[in-house]
Amino acid sequence: MTTASLSSSTGSSSGASKAPETAEPLLSIRGLEKRFSLSGDFLEQLKFKGGKLVREQKHVHAINGVDLDIRRGEALCVVGESGCGKSTVARTVMGLITPSAGEIRYDGERIDDRSTRELLPYRRRMQMIFQNPYASLNPRMTIQQTLEEPIRLHHPDWSPARVQDKVAEVMNAVGIAPDWGARYGHEFSGGQRQRIAIARALAVDPEFIVADEPISALDVSIQAQVLNLLMEAQQQRNLTYLFITHDLAVVEHFGTRVAVMYLGRVCEVAPTATLFATPRHPYTQALMSAIPRLEDDRPQHIRLQGEVPTPVNLPSGCVFHGRCPHADARCREEVPTLIATDQGGQVACHGVEEGRI
Amino acid sequence: MTTSTSSAASSSTASRWERFRDSYLLYSFLRDPIAQVSLAVFILMVACAVLAPWLAPMNPYDLAQIDILASELPPFWVDGSDPAYLMGTDAQGRDLLSTILYGLRVSLIIGFGAVALQATLGVCFGLLAGYLGGRVDAFLMRMADIQLSFSTLMVAIVVGALFKAIFGGATFSTYAVPLLVLIIGLAEWPQYARTVRASVLAEKSKEYVDAARVMGLPSRRIMFRHILPNTLSPIFVISTVQVANAIISEAALSFLGLGMPETQPSLGSLIKSGFDYIQSGSWWITLIPGLVLVVLVLVINLLGDWLRDVLNPRLYKG
Repeated sequence: MTTASLSSSTGSSSGASKAPETAEPLLSIRGLEKRFSLSGDFLEQLKFKGGKLVREQKHVHAINGVDLDIRRGEALCVVGESGCGKSTVARTVMGLITPSAGEIRYDGERIDDRSTRELLPYRRRMQMIFQNPYASLNPRMTIQQTLEEPIRLHHPDWSPARVQDKVAEVMNAVGIAPDWGARYGHEFSGGQRQRIAIARALAVDPEFIVADEPISALDVSIQAQVLNLLMEAQQQRNLTYLFITHDLAVVEHFGTRVAVMYLGRVCEVAPTATLFATPRHPYTQALMSAIPRLEDDRPQHIRLQGEVPTPVNLPSGCVFHGRCPHADARCREEVPTLIATDQGGQVACHGVEEGRI
Repeated sequence: MTTSTSSAASSSTASRWERFRDSYLLYSFLRDPIAQVSLAVFILMVACAVLAPWLAPMNPYDLAQIDILASELPPFWVDGSDPAYLMGTDAQGRDLLSTILYGLRVSLIIGFGAVALQATLGVCFGLLAGYLGGRVDAFLMRMADIQLSFSTLMVAIVVGALFKAIFGGATFSTYAVPLLVLIIGLAEWPQYARTVRASVLAEKSKEYVDAARVMGLPSRRIMFRHILPNTLSPIFVISTVQVANAIISEAALSFLGLGMPETQPSLGSLIKSGFDYIQSGSWWITLIPGLVLVVLVLVINLLGDWLRDVLNPRLYKG
């Protein structure tokens, strides 16, 4: 994939130090696919059709052929509408879901086919923050127990006092007083719970954090606080983020690069400023034009025709062709792959490749 | 205002007892006279059963204390009674009150023992089926379906009769209590397994389980440390009902002659032994243990109903 120079595109606000472009990506996803069966177990799949017993299976194609590279120290935001497979990508990367095809490499090592035990060393390096802070803390455990658990698991040789110190350190880091540790999760507000969830992820000193819509369940007034906390943690601990969101304002504020997903495929990856200034893919263009702005002189809002097709029966060719104003015969037949653009991004569109758009 | 701040301050250092004192469980208990009476009666019966060797006027297991000439004496309010035997005597001249106290003890031991076995098996199988899913789930749940398609009593009768036929009545009598626990325990585990599995399926989709998996915890620890504590309320509720069921099952088996032997009677075998004399006018041998059994099962069920109402999240307003 592309290793084109990104020197012209450091306009993002995150200020993370850029690794040299020749460096291997921290995480690389190749041809990732995940299908969820809709047809139940074997007996339910058997259908009697035209006098014959046939096995019929239906699948939801949650993600089909995702290629992504996440570089050290960056915050890669994945955006897209509901059901486009962003969360499935995040969960597959973390090993919560086994992919149907494709591979995931972390620091050059393949991790998608490992067992729970073999993954353990990687669990210390990659952690996850969840969407709903009301469900992500075990209601029967105190905060102290919740935070101690990952430390004890990954550092069985640490003394109790050292574990205590570590818990106090991460609690301070996220702005929760350590003497609240005896309380249960339900005694905290949503924002505090999300801070505790972040503390749990930070407790094992990871280098890579997957955040699955970590602020979308929070009050608007709290969102900025939690976002700033995440950015602070990134600077202090030199973290790499895979940040799933549907909030474009957050992306502009937070992301080093942005990947736009549609119906289980990546349609465009570009540095944040580039993507917001000059979106290339027709879907990205429509998405960007939907952001409410105060300026009056911006181009007309692009209205897409129709609905997102069902992920059960995927459209042939480009998944977006049914709604794309620029679609032609090639788009209906051939699946576009990501190609490098001259602005340092990648886009999967025949029209861009041919220079039509 | 002051109360809210003081409770907030104390909650960080709240002890177990303080938590219990502020809990909805206690609040609702103090406002439910039925639950209070039921618990009082239940505790009284358990206390009587536990303290039977000290409370009972005589030891019904001790043949030396039994006077066959004093058999079938009526209870104290009926003419012809002997003041030494408050509740009368049974056909073998055993003091009925003492026999009931000892019988209550046997019934409760079997009831709680069987439920402990059922719960252990059912919780383990339910957790495995719900958490692992797939083939394990299909296999365990089909086993449960097959077992549920037989009546509990039928399974118990078959196993009991087989054991009695193979090892003889004497061996059966010696090991009657552990055997009945085993039979009733094995026959009813699907109840637990299904309830636990349903709760596990609901809990498994919550993010704290994903968080535990992302942490790298082994499945066993996630199942027992994270999911199980969150499925305890339905387990408590069915446990109360199942204790009552197990006691009734034992009584039914004893009544059929497959339960406790006459020499070591439970409430069920007492009822059975008295049943032969009910036509000859000695109604108390059956009726009094029968009433004790009914009251015991009733209070356990009432407590179970109350507990279910309290722990039901849809009614819970805490």
